[in-house]
Amino acid sequence: MLENVRLSFQGIWSHKMRSFLTMLGIIIGIASIISIVSTIKGTNEEIKNNLIGSGNNTVEVVLYQNGYTYTIYSESDIPHGIREVTDEVREQIRDLESVENVTCYNERRNTDSIFYLNNEVNGVSIRGIDTDYFSTTGYTVHRGRNFIEDDYKKFRKVLILDQTAADTMFQNEDPIGKTIEISKVPFTIIGIVDAVKKFTPTISTVQDYYSYMSEDSGTIYMPKASWPIVYSYDEPENVIVRAASVDDMENAGRQTADILNKTISPTQTETKYKADDVLERAQRLQDLSSATNNQLIWIASISLLVGGIGVMNIMLVSVTERTSEIGLKKAIGAQKGSILGQFLTEAAVLTSIGGIIGVASGIGMAQIINKVSGVAVSISVPASAVAVLFSMLIGIIFGLLPSVKAANLDPIEALRRE
Amino acid sequence: MILKLDHIYKDYIQGKMTVPVLKDVSLHVEQGEYVAIMGPSGSGKSTLMNIVGCLDRPTSGEYELAGKNILKLNDKLLADVRLNSIGFVFQNFQLLPRMSALDNVALPLIYAGVRKKVRREKAREALIRVGLEERVSFTPSQLSGGQKQRVAIARAMVNRPDILLADEPTGALDSKSSKQVMELFQKLNDEGVTVIMITHDSGIAGHAKRVVTIFDGELSEQKGEVAQ
Repeated sequence: MLENVRLSFQGIWSHKMRSFLTMLGIIIGIASIISIVSTIKGTNEEIKNNLIGSGNNTVEVVLYQNGYTYTIYSESDIPHGIREVTDEVREQIRDLESVENVTCYNERRNTDSIFYLNNEVNGVSIRGIDTDYFSTTGYTVHRGRNFIEDDYKKFRKVLILDQTAADTMFQNEDPIGKTIEISKVPFTIIGIVDAVKKFTPTISTVQDYYSYMSEDSGTIYMPKASWPIVYSYDEPENVIVRAASVDDMENAGRQTADILNKTISPTQTETKYKADDVLERAQRLQDLSSATNNQLIWIASISLLVGGIGVMNIMLVSVTERTSEIGLKKAIGAQKGSILGQFLTEAAVLTSIGGIIGVASGIGMAQIINKVSGVAVSISVPASAVAVLFSMLIGIIFGLLPSVKAANLDPIEALRRE
Repeated sequence: MILKLDHIYKDYIQGKMTVPVLKDVSLHVEQGEYVAIMGPSGSGKSTLMNIVGCLDRPTSGEYELAGKNILKLNDKLLADVRLNSIGFVFQNFQLLPRMSALDNVALPLIYAGVRKKVRREKAREALIRVGLEERVSFTPSQLSGGQKQRVAIARAMVNRPDILLADEPTGALDSKSSKQVMELFQKLNDEGVTVIMITHDSGIAGHAKRVVTIFDGELSEQKGEVAQ
């Protein structure tokens, strides 16, 4: 066996040009697959890293009804039997081992009662937040100022916008100091917040666009104390917890939801708290980006098929060329199996070398793609190993026919031919 | 009796015609004999050689080699017979061009499953036996015709076969090299090797102790000395 491998290397080396051209199909196929797989893996890791609490390990525990997040658009949507989160409950959540920080907020979404200069502002959400909100979710005030103690104590009518809301509402103006009306009550904008880590996905298909852009057009924050000025007292709150680590996120979310659900009145059976499954969301996005790229893998596989046929062709030529060698070997006592093994090994060694070169070029190509287009890439070691094994398999499959032909050569015929 | 051929017939089918190539051929060879089978081309001597060499099967007849009933063996066992009982020498040497003399000689030992170190030792011994100890690492293209044939003889002998089967061993050689090869055959025969040689050259056949002629597929024993 080892002897066969050694002889195969010798044979391949003595026909360098021919061997390289034969391998080329395999090299191109494997290189394309490796670079595609690297891109998929890179994108997936990026999606995951960015979605998982923006690298901040935050989990949203929100109200769900029939499997969908329960959104409050107006007063009539407020579900019965669900109280504001009390300080006692909040302490209970904070005491959980998996939880580092907790914040509660009220939310109205797509409310139609926001006006700026008599123009209705559509699509924004509005949240009434406590003092822990920005520190828990990983936002920083990058323009203007944060809410201070007095804003809460004195029920000040002040607002902070996130960057998206600021962009939607004030295209060319400075929002700081501007006044907007919420349910006919004027509020003053005092600051703009932004996420510390930002996820900018690569939009390459229409599907990508819809999945990333389904987020709302921004959020407006007000001190929770001022919430009842425009909305009502004792509205149900959503909770965001920051887990101690990525691994704790699932536990933190589940335990928080359990605590909150105990506070819900037994008469309320439809609406319950549930942790937003970020991993599941990441998975959905990953599936989407993989689906397009998986089609590319199939196309690259065609090149492997063509490469395999090339290997078969050249092996058939090689068998014909070495007819007298085969005849001699059979005459001096080689079994059919030995001849078969020799040619199969040769084909497998040839395609394995092609596979290894292909993996190396694929990794190189992935790096170039990364440099040129900025798409995230990540090299998968198992995928590379599988690629090499797979090319070996191609050699064995497509080398089978020529090898069987060699093994079945009639030694008399083979020796006679010169 | 090392080799016993009895009533061998061999027919070839050509289109719708059956062409008889060997007709009732019987040949008995004792251990240690040196036999030449002589005949013109087309006489059936190559066919006979292929049957003796277990590369081909007769249409009918009996063949016993080293006590084995050859015609009852399957392909796998026939390969074993070729490996262990027969040493082939061909007119055109049939050396593998990319291998050294040593590797060429060691080739049958690979199929016999001999370990690499032992293979090299045995191959070297065989090359010493044919007087080529200086040429072990030469490739065939670096050797003269006579040297090539001696490498081929070393390869044939490396597994210590029961018979040495040579098909026109001097057919591609000049007279000086031919003489050397004939001397080598004589030496091996003196050491007890059974030699069966096929040739159309009566001068070469004359080196054998016993000459049988084949003509039109029929074998006849030649008595007495052969004209040089």
